[in-house]
Amino acid sequence: MATPSRKPPHVVLPGPVQWLHENLFSSWGNGALTILAALVIWWTVVPLFQWAIVDAAWTGTDREACLPHEHGACWPFITERFGQILYGFYDMAERWRVDIAFVMLAAGLVWLTVPGLPAKRPVGALMLLAYPVVAFVLLVGGFGLEPVPTERWGGLLMTLVVAIAGIVASLPLGIVLALGRRSELPVVKTLSVVFIEFWRGVPLITVLFMAANMLPLFLPDGLSVNKLLSALIAVALFSSAYMAEVVRGGLQAIPKGQYEAAQAMGLGYWQAMAFVILPQALRLSLPNIVGNFIGLLKDTSLVSIIGFFDLLGIVQSGTANADWSTPNTAYTGYAFAGALFWVMCFGMSRYAKHLEGVLKAGERR
Amino acid sequence: MAVSSGIPWWRTRRMRDVLFQTALLAGVVLLIAAMANNAVETMQRQKIASGFAFLDHTAGFDIVQTLVTYNETSTYGRVLLIGVLNTLLVAAIGIVITTVIGFAIGIGQLSKNWLIARLCRVYVETLRNVPLLLQIFFWYFAVLRALPGPRESWGAFDAVFLNNRGLYLPGPEAQAGFGVVVAVFVAGAIAAVVVAIRARAIREATGRTLPVGAIATALIIVPTLVVSAIAGFPLHFSMPALSGFNFAGGIVVLPEFMALVVALSTYTASYIAEAVRAGVEGVAKGQTEAASALGLSRGQMLRLVVVPQAMRQIIPPLTSQYLNLTKNSSLAVAIAYPDLVSVFAGTSLSQTGQAVEIIAITMVVYLTLSLTTSVVMNWYNARIALTER
Repeated sequence: MATPSRKPPHVVLPGPVQWLHENLFSSWGNGALTILAALVIWWTVVPLFQWAIVDAAWTGTDREACLPHEHGACWPFITERFGQILYGFYDMAERWRVDIAFVMLAAGLVWLTVPGLPAKRPVGALMLLAYPVVAFVLLVGGFGLEPVPTERWGGLLMTLVVAIAGIVASLPLGIVLALGRRSELPVVKTLSVVFIEFWRGVPLITVLFMAANMLPLFLPDGLSVNKLLSALIAVALFSSAYMAEVVRGGLQAIPKGQYEAAQAMGLGYWQAMAFVILPQALRLSLPNIVGNFIGLLKDTSLVSIIGFFDLLGIVQSGTANADWSTPNTAYTGYAFAGALFWVMCFGMSRYAKHLEGVLKAGERR
Repeated sequence: MAVSSGIPWWRTRRMRDVLFQTALLAGVVLLIAAMANNAVETMQRQKIASGFAFLDHTAGFDIVQTLVTYNETSTYGRVLLIGVLNTLLVAAIGIVITTVIGFAIGIGQLSKNWLIARLCRVYVETLRNVPLLLQIFFWYFAVLRALPGPRESWGAFDAVFLNNRGLYLPGPEAQAGFGVVVAVFVAGAIAAVVVAIRARAIREATGRTLPVGAIATALIIVPTLVVSAIAGFPLHFSMPALSGFNFAGGIVVLPEFMALVVALSTYTASYIAEAVRAGVEGVAKGQTEAASALGLSRGQMLRLVVVPQAMRQIIPPLTSQYLNLTKNSSLAVAIAYPDLVSVFAGTSLSQTGQAVEIIAITMVVYLTLSLTTSVVMNWYNARIALTER
């Protein structure tokens, strides 16, 4: 049988040239896009580098140092105010307490996130239950420590306090609400749905306004509440509604057989939830809980609108200060605060991605 | 049915459920009652007025951007309306812009071109990991403040000017007969929709495809042009021009508005881009393979196979992003753009002190927007859900 003559197959040699051809210049249109993208990168990266590094003012103590650098960042604005950016107006002599709280937090988080380290469960429980108490005493004072009123807190400290207190308080509340929403009891279900949809339907800023203006009215006569505490309550209520939806997503992903098996074992509702359903559901929700935390961390910047000096608030008030009035102060301040937020949020989102991968790996078997 | 298993009546499942729920409900009602009681007492002690009568009182402050007539003698009720309209304006324009950017970046992320895909990825990861408020501040206090003053404005075609007071555009002014032109345009659009529906029915019945795009364009544009030519083109533009230290004529877009729209739409676009990417990636590979096996061109494949299926997955997150954009427009208060929160929950609240009523009204407005959207979304989802056999 005569085989029809064929051309030999086109030989493709993998290599940089081949890669360039396939990914960047496969056609005229594609090549044009590549050149356009390269131009966009050139026009943004080069001026940014020039502004932030080459033309920037690096040393100095006031705006005089920055004024000659017309087209460069004013880094002395950051270095001179670095203490404020981290601690706000927290008493100088007591800042070591904030440092200890920061270091403990960082150590705990590293322990929990680095795979392979032992005793994750006890460390996690310590971070969730003991750490808030210790941090509270360290930051507020008492037990022989000089009290520091919350009005003096600010900067990164304030941002982290609001975000972490919000997430820690909203977790249990969110779990209860999620269970309530899936409950078969009509009153429980209705109350949960109304609560969740109410907080999810209004913007956070109106909730903060409510905490600042309305909460004092609701309390009995003579009982006044700390301004920061009322903002924290508002953030926790708001965030618990979002947490509830995340946990509900996890609950829905648990196969029905798990519920039935728990019942068949003779477990009651709370036992089944605590020992069978929730451990699995929370594990599944973990990436989205981290996602929630990222959202909350960014949202904490809204407390600057109701008069707190969080990371963004303190930078913003600094840029408005006449001592630092240069054309580049605002850019520098926002660039620094933005970079700080970005590092925290991007890091956490990478971690959430990684968690998703780990959970999927378990499913794949 | 008598329970004879030895369980006391109050411990049966049913009774327990009823008792528990009654107790819970009573607890919630008591809590709310106690809070209301405290609020009434505190307000009486502090001599804060209550009720909604203040809505008819004169507000007496100026608002920089009003879509309907407003002056210092207008009431707080009018302030509420102005605030709602300004919020809706920012939301509507922001939604249009964010959709365009979001889809462009989302599709760009899937580009075969390595550099474009990376660039779009960097856009998404940069914008969504920085607080929106910081981005609003950046545009307002850093970028727009650095624009030149009115005398050194950047201009184009002597019709558009940009300076640190705002963006000046030609203002359309309708002349006599403009209503007729609008009516003809609307009639043409309705006719085009009818043709599109009919063409679809014909295609499904016979397989014949009509040139819907061309017919619709002709139906809309030709009659409109003809009628406006007869009426002598009844739409004039007033051009902005420098007079003294500022511009007069035309319409001005406030810097607050620009900063808010730019920040909201670029920020939200990073989320929409992710939704678009997930939606397109979610279309099963077999679908595109089947489409190319049928001999569809790349364009047809996208238009007829991939996009309709991807949209099913894109639209729910897209709507919730639209809602987020609307809720986030409340950050306007930070740069004093006169939205609902700024003029009503801000200025009006501090003038009247009626926190409970004002915050309740503000929240009701946002809740109405949210709940309406989710009702429409549920209806839509039910309609497009896959009907599986």
